[in-house]
Amino acid sequence: MNHPLLKVTGLKKAYGAIQAVGGVSFEVMPGEIFGVIGPNGSGKTTMFNSVLGQITPDAGEIELNGQSISGLSPLALSRRGVGRTFQTLQVFGKMTVRDNLIVAAQEHQGSMLSRIFAPGDSGLGDRADALIDQFRIRHVAHTLAGTLSYGQQKLVDIAMAFMAQPALVLLDEPCAGVNPSLVGGISNLLKELNQNPKLGQQSSFVVIEHNMDFVMDLCHRIMVMVEGRVMAIGTPAEIRANKEVLDAYLGN
Amino acid sequence: MKLLQHKVGLAFTLAAAALLLVAPQYLKNYGVYLLSYWLVFVIAIMGLNLTTGYAGQKSLGHAAFFGIGAYTVAILMKAGFSFWLGLPAAALICFVVGLVLGFPALRVQAIYLAFATLGFNTAIWLVMRNEEWLTGGTFGINNITRPALWGYSLEGNRPYYYFVLAVTLVMAGLLWGLLRSPWGKAFKALRDNPIRAESLGIDIRNYTLLSFAIGAVYAGVAGALFASLVQFIEPAPFTVGASIMMYLMVVVGGAGYFLGPVLGAAVGVVLPEWMRDVPGVAAWYLPIFGSAVVLMMVWLPDGLLSIPDRLKERRAAREASALRAANAAKMKARS
Amino acid sequence: MTDFLQLFLSGLATGSIYALAALGFTLLWQASGTINFAQGEFVMLPAFMMLGFMSLGAPMLVSVVCTVLLAVVLLGWVFKRGLVDPLFKYGMMPIVVATIGLSIAMRNGVRAGYSAEAHPFPSLFADKIYNIAGVTVTLQDIGTFSLALVIVMATQAFLAKTVTGRAMQAVAQNTESASVLGINVPRMIFYTFAINAVLAVAAAMLVTPTYLAKFDMGEGLGNKAFFAAIIGGFNNSRGALLGGLIVGVCENLAAAYISPAYKDAVALVIFMVVILFKPQGLLGKKEERKV
Repeated sequence: MNHPLLKVTGLKKAYGAIQAVGGVSFEVMPGEIFGVIGPNGSGKTTMFNSVLGQITPDAGEIELNGQSISGLSPLALSRRGVGRTFQTLQVFGKMTVRDNLIVAAQEHQGSMLSRIFAPGDSGLGDRADALIDQFRIRHVAHTLAGTLSYGQQKLVDIAMAFMAQPALVLLDEPCAGVNPSLVGGISNLLKELNQNPKLGQQSSFVVIEHNMDFVMDLCHRIMVMVEGRVMAIGTPAEIRANKEVLDAYLGN
Repeated sequence: MKLLQHKVGLAFTLAAAALLLVAPQYLKNYGVYLLSYWLVFVIAIMGLNLTTGYAGQKSLGHAAFFGIGAYTVAILMKAGFSFWLGLPAAALICFVVGLVLGFPALRVQAIYLAFATLGFNTAIWLVMRNEEWLTGGTFGINNITRPALWGYSLEGNRPYYYFVLAVTLVMAGLLWGLLRSPWGKAFKALRDNPIRAESLGIDIRNYTLLSFAIGAVYAGVAGALFASLVQFIEPAPFTVGASIMMYLMVVVGGAGYFLGPVLGAAVGVVLPEWMRDVPGVAAWYLPIFGSAVVLMMVWLPDGLLSIPDRLKERRAAREASALRAANAAKMKARS
Repeated sequence: MTDFLQLFLSGLATGSIYALAALGFTLLWQASGTINFAQGEFVMLPAFMMLGFMSLGAPMLVSVVCTVLLAVVLLGWVFKRGLVDPLFKYGMMPIVVATIGLSIAMRNGVRAGYSAEAHPFPSLFADKIYNIAGVTVTLQDIGTFSLALVIVMATQAFLAKTVTGRAMQAVAQNTESASVLGINVPRMIFYTFAINAVLAVAAAMLVTPTYLAKFDMGEGLGNKAFFAAIIGGFNNSRGALLGGLIVGVCENLAAAYISPAYKDAVALVIFMVVILFKPQGLLGKKEERKV
């Protein structure tokens, strides 16, 4: 019997009179790619930000591996093995791509004091190089991240989330604003990272996306959110056949 | 390519070091004094470069730490203690006060922080000016002697210069080591994107506090050296205006460039001192400097040391467009 | 009690001058994201412009008009086109640094080019003193407060009630939408700069008679204008008025009851308390931090 890696129960968040998230519950199993879809304003990003400690929910319990992580700060969550990407690009513009990756994991080893005496790359050089090769951005590895194209920055952004070898990664619209030709590449990368035994553990993803083909192809299970509530959870096939979902969202 | 760049940089540094060592032979007493004056500010500005250039914290109160360092040495020496107690005391006090100043930085951002630090400077300066029992008020503290080191007197301008040079090199070396370590990347992450940094496990709270504290220590050490250099300490060099000039020196030299402070201090401190005795020019130094800052923001916002990077960018852009043009011509020829 | 009232009333007068500078500061920030570090010097320069015109023989009223026109051109149009427009795309800090450089250039330019001395300055009001119920007030104080209040109210009425004013507000709140609606955004922003210049001239006319015209008169004033704007609420024009008055009154009271040597720390202390406990200012609205 598999225990869920992430368990969210009864999550609620209101902004004034608007109930952005009104009682959302779901589970993500280890090694699973869990998609979250829904129309704009359905509360997906609010739900994400609540799980990730960016905002404080009004109610609800969040558990990681059976332990409560409700109310933990983004800093603490990162240390517990939760990674994320943001809807808008968030790279360190004035550092090279390789340094971006190294800094994404360096704080997970040793103490702050020991890090003064550690070598510049904290021994993470090889891991960074491996990810750089996996993401096919070797040719810009030593370029300042801020000078890259949008698509390249997006790849760096996603790679950064994986440097610390998190058990759970939440990706907020990884394909937003990305060239259609790159979407397939991102999908393949995520599949590789999900099934890759080199990472040492099964990496589970929760992915918010609007690109239906991407979601249906990539995810093991999908949750549909409408107006802050869960409308359905199931495999891609089940969701595609769900009449309610078709009417509310996928249809037309 | 990188190795060659390093070799060139190393050769340059060694040449500069050699120059600094022999310079006093060719300069008059005042010239040697001016060199010491410059190096003292290089140390102080290095600290501000860490806080503002590498860690992105807008600090307009740096001169206050400079003053705290200077007054610590002045007060302790007047009370009979040795300079060698005053120097570490200055560093320690500045570290603590720097940490304290870091706390508002956790709550407020950017321009609000700049004004909070500016206010901090005002408060410290007011204490320096008003509390005569401690600081001598506007009369200041005079007759500060220069120390002796292992029996050698540092009283003369030349021996004191070598002492200041040694301290500068040590402080620069420590800063270089710090920035090359993972801390350097953490500071830059804090500067470039604190939200992302936090979500990656970087403790932006601690690094913010430390960027202020370490920067303050540098200013404090510089202040201690300053006290024995000019041998008379009063509140005037530690005003908000002085802090603003220090900030501008970081910007002019190039924020986030390691050698920025060297250039910035030369422009902000040596140049006006040099021109002080030139009639007609002295009064116009500041208006020209101010105007130059305005123009620099329009044409070279990243400071003087960004010129090589700018040229590189321009050359890369030219090559890219030349490549595109060549490809376009090829396509045309084929069709 | 009469002492207190006296201090309170003269504090209102000083505070209303801060309010003028703070209002201009706030408007510039709202309309164009510009933090004008040279705001104090923007008050200093018109004072010397006035002296210049009057030394050429122009009567006072004519000098005022000429000063306003010259200020609008230099501190409004030239400032906007020469400094703010080219730097706008780089964000806020380059503009801040540039205005820092500008303030240094202006302050020391006047010192080197005109005079380092303090010059007397004509007052708009006659030298009269009134005694109301035991409290002594000068006509200067009453006049300053009333005139400043009228100007601030007029500015707010202009912004709220006229078509141009509302267009300026639209630009301040959402530049993209405003331009889609056909509003001439650059011109509206220029009007903001022009209003700031006029407010600065007004402040100069009211503050210089008492404190004399000197190259460094802008130094403290600029900082206090900023503190006053933040204390009142940076995204609220009425906040500038409230903030200015609070700073003016508290300074006066503190100087008398606590210590005159620490007068300049009062604005700073109130500022620190406000930003730590109510960062949006006393009248400001809370802004959510967006991820």
